[in-house]
Amino acid sequence: MNIINIEHIAKVYQVGTEEVHALRDVSLKIDKNEYVAIMGPSGSGKSTLMNMLGCLDTPTSGIYDFKGSSVSEMTDNELARIRNKEIGFVFQTFNLLARSDAVHNVELPLIYAGVSSSERKERAKQTLIDVGLGDRMHHKPNELSGGQRQRVAIARALVTNPAIILADEPTGNLDSKTGEEIMALFLEIHEKGNTVILVTHEEYIAEHALRILRLKDGLVEKDEVVEKRYIPKTKASFT
Amino acid sequence: MSSIFLELSEGLSIAWRAIRANKIRAALTMLGIIIGVTAVVLMSTAIKGIDNSLKNGVSALGSDVLYIDKYAWFSNQEWWRIRNRRNIDMEDYHRFKDLAKLPLAIAPVTNSVQTIKIGDRKVENVFLTGSNSDYVKTTNFDFASGRFYSEIEANGSRNVVVLGSEISNKLFPRSDALDKTIKIGPVNFKVVGVLTEQGSTMLGAFNPDNQVFVPIGTIFKSFVSRHFNSVTINVRAASPEKLDDTKAEAEGIMRKIRGLAHNQPNDFTINQQEGLTSFLDSITIVIKIAGLFITGLSLFVGAIGIMNIMFVSVKERTREIGLRKAIGATRRTILTQFLLESSVICLIGGIIGLIIAILLSFMLNQFFPTSVQYDVVIIAILISLLTGIVSGLAPAYTAAKMDPVDALRYE
Repeated sequence: MNIINIEHIAKVYQVGTEEVHALRDVSLKIDKNEYVAIMGPSGSGKSTLMNMLGCLDTPTSGIYDFKGSSVSEMTDNELARIRNKEIGFVFQTFNLLARSDAVHNVELPLIYAGVSSSERKERAKQTLIDVGLGDRMHHKPNELSGGQRQRVAIARALVTNPAIILADEPTGNLDSKTGEEIMALFLEIHEKGNTVILVTHEEYIAEHALRILRLKDGLVEKDEVVEKRYIPKTKASFT
Repeated sequence: MSSIFLELSEGLSIAWRAIRANKIRAALTMLGIIIGVTAVVLMSTAIKGIDNSLKNGVSALGSDVLYIDKYAWFSNQEWWRIRNRRNIDMEDYHRFKDLAKLPLAIAPVTNSVQTIKIGDRKVENVFLTGSNSDYVKTTNFDFASGRFYSEIEANGSRNVVVLGSEISNKLFPRSDALDKTIKIGPVNFKVVGVLTEQGSTMLGAFNPDNQVFVPIGTIFKSFVSRHFNSVTINVRAASPEKLDDTKAEAEGIMRKIRGLAHNQPNDFTINQQEGLTSFLDSITIVIKIAGLFITGLSLFVGAIGIMNIMFVSVKERTREIGLRKAIGATRRTILTQFLLESSVICLIGGIIGLIIAILLSFMLNQFFPTSVQYDVVIIAILISLLTGIVSGLAPAYTAAKMDPVDALRYE
């Protein structure tokens, strides 16, 4: 069954008196355990599509079914619930809470899911161990390196066991070696059975995925299977 | 239900983190609330203190006593009309006493102001109340020592005196006044009784504590001519319920004694505590409204400070709000979080303000009547909580309705 089923969605923004067509007509299906990269130059609508996929925004027209329910018709609270339970976000700038340690950052989504404090701590710690940060649990973001910060953010995305992991330029703020490690981590996450959606504008990052969706001017330019997949040589230390 | 509890406790811990992260800012913001709550609580304890003090003083006058007087305590008549009334004299009193059936006690009263001396100790401008032995029945006096002057002493205009507690303390700071001889003006009087503390400091010279009581005849004999001074007839009703009947009877008798035709207005006034109470109420209500309004303003300024800092806080944490929304916080969760933050600031400020106010009011109590009531404590806490919620509402709402996409992109 498709996790994501998008048919002819469009998104129009009103900027002043002008209408901006961020997405014109996009159709897309994503299955369980796919690894998809969304690519495109700036202005191609890839950010808008990502917001749409992440249920942060709803389409102006068209159909978006997430696990069989129609996102376009959801209320704000239902969208918040779906983001909480089904989607794990990884951002370019990590977006960690600066004053909280790694464990607290990772347990954040569980707070909004209403999980009890002891279970939260337990799951957050386990997920941190999974991403290789077992020895950094009580470090605050400013005491961690860029790669470690992104691992905390990935742990935060994984901790709720979401249906999809949505990563927006996850290596954009990292040097290439650290970026490689993070991509190795994503590979292992995917191999564990997760569905990963990657938004990037870098070709070699996109080639880590199994499928690339190329956008241009709010339309799907190309939807292709990656033939020569790039497998990172670095070990991600994902247990 | 449990999820709301979880949300509240998480919100509280987030609020606590946020406050601790900006200690100086939180403390400065709190200062506004501390000052506001201190001012409001102090003002309300002061008002309560004044109120109690006035009420005690007024009730010392007795709610069942009528004062038949040439002068009205409160009147909208021209003063000269009242000034030109005939004096009430002892003759009127005697005839009134013969005719009145309802009163429990009737006493004629006249006053003079004199200097009292004992040895080289001296109290100036003491209010001298002259009456007869029935006077004590029109009051609720308690005696620290001795007794009121007797009927024989009163009728014989003997030079005997009963001292109010304050006067007694001033004249005899270290010894018992009883049976001592004091000089009132040029005349020697023997102390036969000393009152316990009766009333309140707010009534000044009218407070029995600051008066001395002598037979009325001695006043006319030694201090003022009976032709100059008008007499007040104090009439005590058998019970507060019978006050109206007693008053009606007294008015009829007085009109008869004074020979007034049915179309002539009263040339006397029957004063009573009720009039004083409503007069004092009308003064204190002005003090209350003005006082609470002014102190309320300082709380309002504090609330604006909170609102301001909450707007800053929301703006600063735009990305954090975006992230929280992206990972599942609902509008309500965000709203609750910021409301809790402003409420916690206000509540802490309120409690500190309350403690300061209570300490200050204990200190002020040395000079000024104050009274800390338990309800003030509860009201102060509720007010600071309410201030927190009200001033946090607009910033919290701004945060709650942020679009997660825009908030995440905010630089």
